Amino acid sequence: MATESIKYLSPDTDNKTETKVFPRPDQHAKGIVNWLTTIDHKKIGIMYGVSALFFLLLGGLEALLIRSQLWSHNMEVLTNREYNQMFTMHGTTMVFLVIMPLSAAFFNFIMPLQIGARDVAFPRMNTLSLWCFIAGGIILNLSWFFTGGSPAIGWFGYAPLTDNRFAEVLGDMGPDFWIFSLQVLGVASLLASFNFITTIINMRAPGMTMMRLPVFTWMTLIVSFLIILAFPAITIALVELMFDRTYDTNFYDFLEGGKPHLWQHLFWIFGHPEVYILILPAMGIVSEIIPVFSRKPLFGYGLIVFSGAIIGFMGFAVWSHHMFTTGMGIVATSAFSILTMLIAIPTGVKIFNWIGTMWGGRIRFETPMLFALGFITMFMVGGFTGIMHSSVPIDAQHQDSYFVVAHFHYVLIGGALFGLFAGFYFWIPKLTGKMLNEKLGKFVFTLMFIGFNLTFFPMHYLGMIGQPRRTHSYNEGHGFETWNQIATIGAFILGIGIAIGIYQFITAAFNKKLKSAGKNPWDARTLEWTLSSPVKEYNFARTPIIKSRDQAWENSYGPKENHSEKEPLGDHGVHMPDRSWCPLITSIGLFIFVLGLLFRESIEVSGSYFATPYEVAIGGCSVFVLGIILWALEGPAGYHLFPKENEE
Amino acid sequence: MSEAAAHAIDHHEPETSTGIHNKKVLMWAFLGSDCMFFGTLISTHLIYRKISATVGGNFLDIRDVFDIELTSFSTFILLASSLFMALAVSAIHKGNLTSTRWMLFGTIIFGAIFLACQVYEFTHFVHAPGNELTLSTYRGEPHVFGSTFYVLTGTHGTHVAIGVFWLLGWLIYSFTGKMSTADAMDVEVCGLYWHFVDIVWIIIFPVVYLMEYAF
Repeated sequence: MATESIKYLSPDTDNKTETKVFPRPDQHAKGIVNWLTTIDHKKIGIMYGVSALFFLLLGGLEALLIRSQLWSHNMEVLTNREYNQMFTMHGTTMVFLVIMPLSAAFFNFIMPLQIGARDVAFPRMNTLSLWCFIAGGIILNLSWFFTGGSPAIGWFGYAPLTDNRFAEVLGDMGPDFWIFSLQVLGVASLLASFNFITTIINMRAPGMTMMRLPVFTWMTLIVSFLIILAFPAITIALVELMFDRTYDTNFYDFLEGGKPHLWQHLFWIFGHPEVYILILPAMGIVSEIIPVFSRKPLFGYGLIVFSGAIIGFMGFAVWSHHMFTTGMGIVATSAFSILTMLIAIPTGVKIFNWIGTMWGGRIRFETPMLFALGFITMFMVGGFTGIMHSSVPIDAQHQDSYFVVAHFHYVLIGGALFGLFAGFYFWIPKLTGKMLNEKLGKFVFTLMFIGFNLTFFPMHYLGMIGQPRRTHSYNEGHGFETWNQIATIGAFILGIGIAIGIYQFITAAFNKKLKSAGKNPWDARTLEWTLSSPVKEYNFARTPIIKSRDQAWENSYGPKENHSEKEPLGDHGVHMPDRSWCPLITSIGLFIFVLGLLFRESIEVSGSYFATPYEVAIGGCSVFVLGIILWALEGPAGYHLFPKENEE
Repeated sequence: MSEAAAHAIDHHEPETSTGIHNKKVLMWAFLGSDCMFFGTLISTHLIYRKISATVGGNFLDIRDVFDIELTSFSTFILLASSLFMALAVSAIHKGNLTSTRWMLFGTIIFGAIFLACQVYEFTHFVHAPGNELTLSTYRGEPHVFGSTFYVLTGTHGTHVAIGVFWLLGWLIYSFTGKMSTADAMDVEVCGLYWHFVDIVWIIIFPVVYLMEYAF
């Protein structure tokens, strides 16, 4: 054999030449370039948070319109169709554009700090997740401006409602916008979750074993697994729906052999784990806050972690309790009923552990703690009504009544949103380096707590006396008026509370009057509180060597052998990856591609023919692929920093 | 705090907590997720395969349109491509550029043959005289089989096509003179994806094709 003809590669693994394909801004970039090209997990977390808070106001506005319509009998604030559009957009916005990205904001900002990492595993991919989320949010809300307006199909999009032939408006594009925005948001969530899983599994500081991970990081890991296993079901369901609407397939077309029932199954196989995707991050946040403000380590750490994992695991086996009234048969309904009752056990374990943590502790009632306590109590109310619904006969009675609306708002506002607000009040000092105004915080909590209960507690009663949900108006004589008026007043109080809270968070960055926070204003226990506030771009000047679970407490109060140590800095210093335009280019390509797919007719600009939708789609797809190729060629690159020994 | 003035780049990969490379963990997580994508599609197909809207439950025999010899051939080709892929990964780990190129080329060609067979099959099915299987009908009757069949096998075909383009990228890259053993991990991750796509076909072939001859 002529060995000369065989070419061998250099075994060099350290000095790979870089392809300079696209100018990358250097690390000192300012202004808009700074935010558009950043790959810093902290800035990405901030952008997630700010855009999600904007969508919270938008979704809240939709909710207030719904509540105004229900003020009294036969009101005409909204037409039938507008009312349907409002509750569809309210639900979709709150689930996909508010609670999930708010959780993602905390995952991004806090999780790498808690495990002692300098960034997530794939910083540029993290940026892509952010831009995809924003693109998805824009696509969903663009629907307002095109044929048929926004979707009027409910956030669940049940099958015959999405069928072209039953559309109220000819050529209704609302469901198409809904389908494509959910697909783009799915891409964002999946990419982010792959990233978080890799980060938590692989980028822990030395000594940070899995059972020393803070509970919030554990919940990040569990939620990420839930997302990567649950989202495929809705992605495929939406692909099938898209084919039904565009290419006349028969997946959900009951006239031609399809089964609308299948949509419900696929939707809820995703939809029920989604409920835990929304609530587990808040549980993680509360598990961080309660020990700090009770001055006691978390009671039953291992049990809380395993309960979270079991909730996540069992979350995949209870989806059909959303469908008890569809006639699945006795065996299926009984099995799902029992499993649903069982899932209350790990949830109850967590609640008892939080109570156990507070028991005998020195409790400080500061704003984060108030929100955390609000979370526990309100979530328990939602949990109890949830257990009621696990019983099939009771569920059949409550199905589609306001009782269900009360139930899941207690879980999602009283639970998830209170938990996330607790997180904001807890971590904003770390984020901005300034303490929030405690009095204003308590005022916000009071408004939100009162407004929330005024809004949703009467709904239990309204549901029991028979007010149906998703219904535009009600007639006189049912006795619905009084409680609906109380609920509407409560909704406005809640809205004002949330708006003041958002104002407080956003202005925290600019308000010069606020006190400086210092490293550890709450005397908290996890690793992020050993860093300066705000955190430096490289997070840890020296990689910490972890010795125990509550490391910041051990460093302050523990014996010498439990204090964390620091790895020496290598000759190269801290290696930081370069900024990049590629994630933005890639997501803009995806955005144009989706718009091209959405429009089925040629685009005309002032009477003259502009482009066919396919030209737009192919153009967008080319930009998308180009972005990926440039991304691969440019590599992570990077620069080095040499922080001094005492900088943190 | 001082900064390195030069834009010196070193690509020493930081040690990971598990010792497994980050990109590999990412790919495994993605493949776990992809299992759920195909799981949903295959379930949809299994639920619907015997359902027809107008024939009162009488199933129209789909075997009249299937071309099992062609599909068996393309199955064999796709599985054989996995061998080339494994050899390509092995070659780049050893730093053998010539062998890496040829094995990548073989994988691409076999992947392309599989795709060509699928294009031929789809065209043939849609236009089969008397037995047209379209997205919404079979023999002119409303039917769901076409919907699930084309979307399931089409999704798999899309996966193969993405894999072919990815491998093509590596083949082109190997001619730039920049490829080194530092790329071995990236090629291996690409290989993981390719093998997974093959494994999915090992499930699709019996469930979608062979089962029509058994049950």
